[in-house]
Amino acid sequence: MLEVSNLTKTYKSGSKELTVLSDISFEIQAGDTFSIVGPSGSGKTTLLGLCAGLDRSSSGSVTLNGNRFDEMNEDQRAAVRNRYVGFVFQNFQLLPTLTALENVMVPMELRGERNIKKSAMELLSRVGLADRHDHYPTQLSGGEQQRISIARAFSNQPKILFADEPTGNLDEETSDKVEKLLFDLNREAGTTLVLVTHDLELAAKTERIIRIKGGQIISDTAQTSIDQQEKVISVE
Amino acid sequence: MAWRDSRKSKSRLLLFISSIILGIAALVAINSFGENLKDDINGQAKELLGADLELGANRPDFVYPFVDSLDTEVSYENSFASMIYFPKNQESRLVDVRALEGEFPYYGIMETYPERAAQEFRQGGPKALVDQSVMIQYDVNIGDSVRIGRQTFVIEGQLLSSPSQSVAATLVAPAVYIPMDYLDDTKLILKGSRVFYRRFYKFNNLDEDYDLDARLEKDRKSLRQAGIRADTVEERKDETGQVFENLQNFLNLVAFVALLLGCVGVASAVHIYIKEKIKTVAILRCLGARGIDTFLIYLIQIAIIGLIGSVMGALLGTVIQTILPKVFADFLPVEVTLAISWKSILSGILIGLIISILFALNPLLGVRKASPLLTLRNSPEGKSSVRDPLRWLVYTGMVVFVVTFAFIQIQDLVDSLLFTLFIVLAFGFLALVARVSMWLVKRFFPVSWNYAWRQSLANLYRPNNQTLILIASIGLGTALITTLYFIQGLLINQVEVTTDNDRPNMMLFDIQTYQKDQIAEYTRESGLPVLQEVPVVTMRLQRINGITQTQVLTDSTNKYRNFLYNREFRVTYRDSLIDSETLAAGEIKKVANQGDSVFITMDKSFAEGQNLELGDELEWNVQGVPIKTYLGGFREIDWGRVQTNFLVLFPENVLEPAPQFHVLITRVGSTESGAVFQREIVKNYPNVSVIDIGLILNTVDDILGKISFVIRFMALFSIITGLLVLTGSVILSKYQRIKESILLRTIGGSRKQILTINTLEYFFLGSLASLSGIILSLAGSWGLAYFSFDSEFVPNLIPMVAVYLSITGLTILIGLFNSRGILSRPPLEVLRSEVN
Repeated sequence: MLEVSNLTKTYKSGSKELTVLSDISFEIQAGDTFSIVGPSGSGKTTLLGLCAGLDRSSSGSVTLNGNRFDEMNEDQRAAVRNRYVGFVFQNFQLLPTLTALENVMVPMELRGERNIKKSAMELLSRVGLADRHDHYPTQLSGGEQQRISIARAFSNQPKILFADEPTGNLDEETSDKVEKLLFDLNREAGTTLVLVTHDLELAAKTERIIRIKGGQIISDTAQTSIDQQEKVISVE
Repeated sequence: MAWRDSRKSKSRLLLFISSIILGIAALVAINSFGENLKDDINGQAKELLGADLELGANRPDFVYPFVDSLDTEVSYENSFASMIYFPKNQESRLVDVRALEGEFPYYGIMETYPERAAQEFRQGGPKALVDQSVMIQYDVNIGDSVRIGRQTFVIEGQLLSSPSQSVAATLVAPAVYIPMDYLDDTKLILKGSRVFYRRFYKFNNLDEDYDLDARLEKDRKSLRQAGIRADTVEERKDETGQVFENLQNFLNLVAFVALLLGCVGVASAVHIYIKEKIKTVAILRCLGARGIDTFLIYLIQIAIIGLIGSVMGALLGTVIQTILPKVFADFLPVEVTLAISWKSILSGILIGLIISILFALNPLLGVRKASPLLTLRNSPEGKSSVRDPLRWLVYTGMVVFVVTFAFIQIQDLVDSLLFTLFIVLAFGFLALVARVSMWLVKRFFPVSWNYAWRQSLANLYRPNNQTLILIASIGLGTALITTLYFIQGLLINQVEVTTDNDRPNMMLFDIQTYQKDQIAEYTRESGLPVLQEVPVVTMRLQRINGITQTQVLTDSTNKYRNFLYNREFRVTYRDSLIDSETLAAGEIKKVANQGDSVFITMDKSFAEGQNLELGDELEWNVQGVPIKTYLGGFREIDWGRVQTNFLVLFPENVLEPAPQFHVLITRVGSTESGAVFQREIVKNYPNVSVIDIGLILNTVDDILGKISFVIRFMALFSIITGLLVLTGSVILSKYQRIKESILLRTIGGSRKQILTINTLEYFFLGSLASLSGIILSLAGSWGLAYFSFDSEFVPNLIPMVAVYLSITGLTILIGLFNSRGILSRPPLEVLRSEVN
């Protein structure tokens, strides 16, 4: 589903060059749940952005469902995102000018689909917010906004879902609800899930964890829910 | 803190500054120019008149004993309208012939080319100075001949300007100077000729402090009685000053409009700025800052930025001031010096500062009430504290400011209130259009339309919409610019109406009775129609209901004005009305038999203005012969027509034996055939004057062209400020839309989709704003046409379409130009920067 190969990202900061990611490689199969963990500033959000085609790498490649992002222009990448990718952000990133229902409908609208209101309402019901469909984001709590954003993420039936600290801005109780919703919907839809977090408990719920520090992978651990056995693939 | 907080918002504050720079620049430029002009008119007052005193009358033998008792130098000038003829190319033209004797002007110079010609033309021999425009028009050169009546003169030089004559006046009646010694040789001055006699005096020993005006005031009555017009340096200065004060008032209003647009810019810039700063305010509140502290932080910021903008505007204005004398060159009576006017600069800076603070206060007041809770969560939109009494105080302050400023500019309270009312109504209308549009779009939302159309339409009413602010600022700018354009068109149109093809366009004056039939016959032989043939008799009023001029002068309670007795009436006689007249009261009575009472008719508004009533007995002095008449009727006359109209109309069988001249009106097909006809008339009948209406209309067109250039130049300030406000508003709205566009991009929106959404949103906003502006300007222009210009306003579709297309196009272009960055940057970069 996702193949990352020798990925490097550098930024120019004044006259200096800052390497944020260095020679990252991994592969994720369809239907996998996967998390990227690491301390602040380790490069995990940059990695997620590159995997989702939100940014261009300095070198190396990302291939998502057979589409190589480094060979595509921004419009082509946008089309891939719209077709295969769902997003959930730490700060929700809902469109402030649209109602809850309209926010959920946007990805489908962009694909030019018609008669989408019904499926959008179904998704809203699934996240428990059907009765709040005409509210604007500012009229909703953080947890509610994140649930809308999850509904939006699933609205175009993505093959892969990228979630950047999806519970980072929520209290414990709300976090639990949102987590459950995310994993339930993911399981139901059979979507590949890529999670970026520094919450190890949340990461532990995925099948595989990549630890990242200073822009490099320090461990790649596969785990089963039964024996919680760790298998270190590579340590640098 | 105020400074630290502003560091990251320079680009937005720059917009704020640019909004006021141009308005202040226009104001300072115009005021500085006005101050300099006033000083120069005062300093060059004697040059305006060219003498210490000018006396004039329509007879040569007038006396003013006071002047005769002084030690003076005197120059004489006899002027009259006449045709001149250039033998070189057989062209002729009506001019103002001025026969001069003496050293006039005593102050200033008669500007000629070559310079020495001003003196040389009066140093022996038949020499003339011909107005420069006439020489250029008829392609004659220095050394060529010009024939005036029976005398031929050598053209000694071009007349560029002369004291006591503005350039605008020479356009209508260009002057030709000849030496007085050769006046008789022209054989044009006969008994009954209309000549004006002027004398220019220079006082040799009069005390500097002597109050000539007081002395003249004392003698005013006797001078008037003797039909003598007197003009002093002081009077000329006041008259000139008055004319330019009116001009300056108009220009000030133009500057004021630019400034008002700037105010809109200030208000919208601060509105958005504060909206973006509200999180910072909430954090400051959390940290313990009081409402007033945060308010002061931003107030100080705005005041400093406003001050910087005003100072920059004042500097720019001082630079622009140097261009203005060139713009007004054709209209200025004096040479304008370029001096820095500190008064204008300081008042400009002060006004800029007041505007910055006053128009920023409304959005700023919200800062006081910003809740620290905003740090924790966003509050819903639209909770503006309408009930805040301070807000109403600010609104009142704005209105008071506009009224006061308008009053300072136009010195008329009613006009200032009306002006303010118009501005308030205009804003009200634009706000209403914005609100109604939002409601209509929401209410009748086209759910079946394509996504981009729906998204862009919905952006008009959704939270963070820019509908109200953009429609108000762009709409008002459009309205002001379009109104200016309409009114200019209206004025030009009024002139053009008279040049219609089937209207008369040539008048022959001063035809003697014995020439009448010959000229009419010649006209017909030339293939031209004789549209009107009118006899004209000149006369004066001797008694009104038995009351003489002497009685009127001695009895100040008398209802008849002295003016009526001094006026020389030009009268015609016929027993019917012509198509430019209607009978408003009374009747037209014929004189069937000798000895019948004579009933005349008069122009209604003239008669009423002079307190004359039906049945009044009027006794006329018809060149020495008294004729008693009665006022039998009033006529309403359309003076706009190109034909001979008369205040006083006699019946037939009364004036036939009186000395008279005739007027013949015809219509020539082309300029060439007109020139040939005119040439032949002047050659064969030198005493006849020909007025080529086409030529006059060309001249008027020329003057209007110059005036409209001035208007356009000044309107440029409004247009550029309007564009800046437009740019500002659109750039500010970009910050509202940028996050949305990035998010759409993130979840897969294509470049084309986002471009379409943005283009359509700006298209809707631009269209709504420009259309509302055009509607406003239609109302404004109609009002101005109806109330001020007394004419019918027929809007022209083409400029309206042009304005609509250009304003809407500009809005879209600026909008897209500003959002180009969003589309080229990777979404992650922008998402990370949290889009602020």
